[in-house]
Amino acid sequence: MVLVYAESPRGQFKKAAFEAVTFGKKVADQLGVPCAAIVLGANVGSAGELGRYGAGRVVQVSDANLDHLDSQSAAAVLADAAKQLGATVLVLSHSSTGKSIAGRLAVRLNAGLVSGVNALPEMRGSDFIVKKSVFSGKAVAEYAVVSPIKILSLMGNAVKPDAIGTPANVEPLSVPVPAGRIRVKAVKTVEGTVPLPEAEVVVSAGRGMKDPSNWGIVEELAVTLDATTACSRPVADSHWRPHHEHVGQTGIAIRPNLYIAIGISGAIQHLAGVNNSKVIVVINKDPEAPFFKAADYGVVGDLFEVVPRLTAAIQKFKANN
Amino acid sequence: MKFLVCISQTPDTTAKVSFNADSTEYNSAGVQFIMNPYDEWYALVRACELREALGGTVVALNVGPAANETTIRKALAIGADEAVRIDADPKSAAYTAKQIAEYAKGQNFDLIFFGKETIDYNGAEVGAMLAEHLDLPYIAFASKLDLNGNTATVERDIEGGVEVLEVDLPFVLSAAKGMAEQRIPNMRGIMSARTKPLQVVAPVAADETVKTVRFTLPPAKAGVKLVDPENMDELVRLLHEEAKVL
Repeated sequence: MVLVYAESPRGQFKKAAFEAVTFGKKVADQLGVPCAAIVLGANVGSAGELGRYGAGRVVQVSDANLDHLDSQSAAAVLADAAKQLGATVLVLSHSSTGKSIAGRLAVRLNAGLVSGVNALPEMRGSDFIVKKSVFSGKAVAEYAVVSPIKILSLMGNAVKPDAIGTPANVEPLSVPVPAGRIRVKAVKTVEGTVPLPEAEVVVSAGRGMKDPSNWGIVEELAVTLDATTACSRPVADSHWRPHHEHVGQTGIAIRPNLYIAIGISGAIQHLAGVNNSKVIVVINKDPEAPFFKAADYGVVGDLFEVVPRLTAAIQKFKANN
Repeated sequence: MKFLVCISQTPDTTAKVSFNADSTEYNSAGVQFIMNPYDEWYALVRACELREALGGTVVALNVGPAANETTIRKALAIGADEAVRIDADPKSAAYTAKQIAEYAKGQNFDLIFFGKETIDYNGAEVGAMLAEHLDLPYIAFASKLDLNGNTATVERDIEGGVEVLEVDLPFVLSAAKGMAEQRIPNMRGIMSARTKPLQVVAPVAADETVKTVRFTLPPAKAGVKLVDPENMDELVRLLHEEAKVL
């Protein structure tokens, strides 16, 4: 069986969970085995919905100790559940939650782990081959997982959640839950926007904006596109924009479908965080900006004129479609 | 306090990525190697700051061949008190974690630091694996760490926000931006690094669960298509009809 851990930060499923179940179902179909999803926590809304993404069974370990992430208790519970259910492949999201747990699970189950997988596995003879992006998107690695139990963590935006099935019944699963040793004192989240690692469209701006008071045109473009805003490192370091908007090697690595870079020169450290974007648009007045070499579409021009013009063009397109 | 900082050696960010003839190994010819930036800027520097404030020892550990000793000496120059090199090729995360666990298990470290991931294989796996081997709590992507006696307060980056956590020592963490600022080693640090102890430890056997089959380079981009800055309708058309992202 393929067992998918559907993460539910603060009791809610997000896109990462639906992607993981969709991916798990496809892997299960390849192997000709059933797909089940597991949910941890006492306070989780509508777990049955996971059935719509392909989980034939949904099991829940209802225990308040699991409402907040403690990688130790979560890994212990998932490892026990995997054994109890006879799982041979475990799927997690390559998120702040999944990355905390996957390595622990691999040790517990003596299982091979490939993290940040971005495509379905291939079965070459008896070999189970998975691919992931390495060197910050500059190369692709293929690994053979040779252990009886295999663990894959799925990169965000690598598959499209597919709501093809019907909701499933949620079965309780009884597994011992060790008490966690990490105490959560507070959770501070930015409300109202899609977090950058999950965003499908990102509008990002850099020093070419000249002053933080000029960001209105960037925000307007982002609102028009339902995009999340981001920025380059110098902009975050000079506190023009909040730290959580910084994308690049030291900031957040993203892989949206569309990345629009405005007034960013495209230093290699910035590219390392955005290389995996499917389509890159660069707007810069300097035709020599290195970012144009990594771009799919480029606009050489004054961003203060080009960006409002692009916003207007998108509004017109949306009104006609 | 006894701090362990696990450092990795990676190709420089600007290094060309290529592979050997049968595509199974990174081609290191002519490549400049560096200490993995997250290990250096965030993990190592924060450990040194805490040692300066609270006293104790910072041990820098690397799993790698003798050629890595330049990188290890840099960690000593930045401020680590002593170093350990486990003499093995760090061929997978599981193998590396097992080596570190064997060394660390009898040493009673109060805090074990990693960088949030390496910039070459981008796995973010070894910290969690080590924590499981040692039966310790693990906090990934810590952007702030303060110690008060035996209790740590840690801020950790999550999607769209931060968690504020409390945990008692000992534990394992991976460090992200915000934890500390990069330090350039000074002349005194560089001089003293030459004489600080560097212990070489033999590796142990470990099961192989993942094998590298090959590396490939992603298909080259077709090249940028320039659009007239006066004509943003054309850009929207291309994004809709050609790129299919609108």
